[in-house]
Amino acid sequence: MNVIVCIKQVPNTTNVQIDSTTGTLKREGVESIINPFDEYAIEEAVRIKERTNGKVTVLTMGPPQAESALREAIARGVDNAVLVSDRAFAGADTWATSYTIAQAIRTIAEYDLIICGKQATDGDTAQVGPGVAEMLDIPHVAYVKKIEEIKPNYMKVERMMEDGYDIIEMPLPALITVVKEINTPRLPSLRGMMNSKKAQILQLTAEKIKAEKDNIGLTGSPTQVMKVFSPPPRQGGMKIDGSPEEVAETLVSKLKGSQLV
Amino acid sequence: MSNQIKVIQDKCIGCALCVKSCPFGAIVLVDRPEHPKKLKLAVIDLHKCTFCGACMEACKKFGAIELIKEEPINLDIDPSHYRGIWVYAEQRHGEISPVVFELLNEGGRLAKKLDVPLSAILIGSNIESKAQTLIQHGADKVYVYDHPIFVEFLDDPYSDILAHLLEQEKPEIVLMGATNIGRSFASRVAAKIRTGLTADCTALDVDLSNRNLMQTRPAFGGNIMATILTPRHRPQMATVRHKVFKPSQKDESRKGEIVKKPFDAEKLINRTNFLQFIKDTSAKVNLADADIIVSGGRGLGKPEGFRIIEELAEAIGGAVGSSRAAVDSGWIPYSHQVGQTGRTVSPKIYFACGISGQIQHLVGMGSSDVIVAINKDPHCPMMKVATYAIEGDLYDIVPWIIKEIKKQNS
Repeated sequence: MNVIVCIKQVPNTTNVQIDSTTGTLKREGVESIINPFDEYAIEEAVRIKERTNGKVTVLTMGPPQAESALREAIARGVDNAVLVSDRAFAGADTWATSYTIAQAIRTIAEYDLIICGKQATDGDTAQVGPGVAEMLDIPHVAYVKKIEEIKPNYMKVERMMEDGYDIIEMPLPALITVVKEINTPRLPSLRGMMNSKKAQILQLTAEKIKAEKDNIGLTGSPTQVMKVFSPPPRQGGMKIDGSPEEVAETLVSKLKGSQLV
Repeated sequence: MSNQIKVIQDKCIGCALCVKSCPFGAIVLVDRPEHPKKLKLAVIDLHKCTFCGACMEACKKFGAIELIKEEPINLDIDPSHYRGIWVYAEQRHGEISPVVFELLNEGGRLAKKLDVPLSAILIGSNIESKAQTLIQHGADKVYVYDHPIFVEFLDDPYSDILAHLLEQEKPEIVLMGATNIGRSFASRVAAKIRTGLTADCTALDVDLSNRNLMQTRPAFGGNIMATILTPRHRPQMATVRHKVFKPSQKDESRKGEIVKKPFDAEKLINRTNFLQFIKDTSAKVNLADADIIVSGGRGLGKPEGFRIIEELAEAIGGAVGSSRAAVDSGWIPYSHQVGQTGRTVSPKIYFACGISGQIQHLVGMGSSDVIVAINKDPHCPMMKVATYAIEGDLYDIVPWIIKEIKKQNS
């Protein structure tokens, strides 16, 4: 079974510092990592490959530096990597990104399944996965927490919802977006790291994927950023001191006073 | 011509204001050994730049950054053909989702400003009786699709019918809840009808001069806010975060129109098949809808610690949440996790018991109205952002809070 994993390189916010005077993220020197949700997507794809004897292709759209994310995916067990990169893609919103990724997928290979992380931690939209499915005219299920069954032309998944989960079946090819609960990603293996160093990465430009100029980059994006600003940092409140009993009394009366309890 | 952005070398003094302002980390300072004062120079990485203009704003004083945006492509869309505000009336198992009443309230405010009607679209099975509820909460018109094919939410038929209706009726704005359902299929609809979609908005307004919807949303986990426009495409679609806007008041005397459009269920795209719903029995109160959330973290020290968290949640009528650390330790299921890789919540009160407040957790609950932090470490980030910070052992303090609440309730 052939699986394509779509990933994104994002700034690592794990060890990020907040500038205490401005309350904004200190972005200088922040390293780039694979979007955390995409690690679950990569792991799930590799597990499917191991069960069904297929191939996993990882694909990203981004600047040339995103190659390092692809190499890391190879170290985690992915077979092939595709970098979709062109200055003409810059400024793409989720519509133009979905279009570009769908065009790239059409260019590269036959596939049974596409897996994306639920959302990226920088944009937080969760829109590109379903958008790619629509552009490719295949079904999708978002928020998948478990693949119950997968075989040629068929899969059954559990979709996480606010009040529980739904069990859904669908024909392949299809696209799923996955949440953290689906698996525990493995660490890169030594062999994987060796492979990742020498792996050839397929480079795709706007021309190679036959992208329509009016559908890519900022030009092809229906949404435009009007302004970007830092929200005022959240102000701390008051400290409640005293014995546990006094503290509890003060707190409950404060909450009651604001009619929240 | 494509978009162009450049740094005017003579004007740049290497102050780094632009570097700090760039939400995408696309600007770096490089040395300029040839410069008489050895000033640094800002360089923009065009692969990362999205031409948002934040740097130009930051560089106002020096005017060293020049941005030329490409002429918009010529579209066959005349925005004046699109009128009215629509709210997608999401339902789950036959009940209208709470976010819908918030959308009716905010949508109603915008409709008044634009002087257009507010419509709702209701898709489900045996659902028609709910149309009246939507009218009582502010809808002037409700489009109803009541058919067994819609009994459970599936992306294919729901996106197909909504896309068709939007193309026929041409509203100018469509608001949907940023719920699992809304975020799953709104993007499919926007892709089908080639329009813009802005995710998880926390503030909305309209520009009366051009009827543009100004959609403000957090990005980078809430560390920056962006205001987004869909200037040339219609309808302007947005998903809106739950609990940001107040729900509309019910008015039983309100009158409205119910519209049932004929459609052929056989012709709808319908590739997925719904088998079963399994309810989460571990949660008495749904995290997303809860007004009060009591969360426990690493500071609990042991899985049994969640008993006291559950007890407080029950006493105060709230839901149980957790930090990632507690989930990763296997103390509580992932469905309770709040934060970057879990859920984003904005309750009225958030209790953080034994949660230090890593940035990944803060971004998932930082917009709560009131934060109560109970922690042994007075210097941890959670204690700094808390409305009420209580230093001490949660096992000493929480039982007293439970006792006090029970006393007040009785």
